[in-house]
Amino acid sequence: MMNCREATKLMSDAQEKPLLLKTRFGLEIHLMMCSGCHNFKEQMDALRTMTRAYAKGKNEQEKET
Amino acid sequence: MSANSNHQENTKQVGNLLADAAFLQDIRRQMLRFATLQLNDASQAEDAVQEALIGAMKNAASFGGRAAFKTWMFAILKNKIADVLRYKQRMVNIGSFAHDEDDEDLSELFDRKGFWQVDERPVAWGNPVASMRESQFWVVFEACLDNLPPKQARVFMMREFVELDADEICAEVELTTSNLHVLLHRARLRLRECLENKWVLQGEKNDELP
Repeated sequence: MMNCREATKLMSDAQEKPLLLKTRFGLEIHLMMCSGCHNFKEQMDALRTMTRAYAKGKNEQEKET
Repeated sequence: MSANSNHQENTKQVGNLLADAAFLQDIRRQMLRFATLQLNDASQAEDAVQEALIGAMKNAASFGGRAAFKTWMFAILKNKIADVLRYKQRMVNIGSFAHDEDDEDLSELFDRKGFWQVDERPVAWGNPVASMRESQFWVVFEACLDNLPPKQARVFMMREFVELDADEICAEVELTTSNLHVLLHRARLRLRECLENKWVLQGEKNDELP
């Protein structure tokens, strides 16, 4: 079975390019059983949103308000 | 617009690009953050960005649009940064990434079978969007970014700040796709862990206070 190190690697890779269908299937099975990796997956999207907001000066705007 | 006025339209588009203060301001801000992180010196970063902007403006006529302008601007900036780093004698070999960070041990995070160490298992983050409205969150975020090892920080910034795609980054830093993926994986693992420890779990601790 896929372990968490491999699962997080695949979820990180998926931020650059879509995963192959069969890889995604293996990952989904892991995610169903692993709450840590399930949280990690949601955090990948959060990280991207945060970093892009930060790059656009979001934090500066918050300081001003 | 008629078909034969395409060239004219292109020129006009570039003109609009440079007249667009918000676009330039935005790109300047992104580059400045990037340069500051790479150089660890606000005034050197400011100089590098300024020079890159001037350089990019000189060649503005050759750009088809915003994305091309941004990529070009970033390429100039990267060279400026490389010059400064070389001068500072602490150049981290930008041309070919060595593999030392690739060999980094992940045993702090994962056990021998590759499963999460019990105290490292990611927890649910609650409401990240709400966090982003708090100025203290961004202080923590910035500190966590600063804590990334230099190569990881550099490629992560290229990917998520400058929004270059993987192929562009690989070309820029002469890295294979698989090495890039390894570096980005590590950067995300670290950044995630840092935010969780310094923000999410701290917040829970504070909530428990009377």
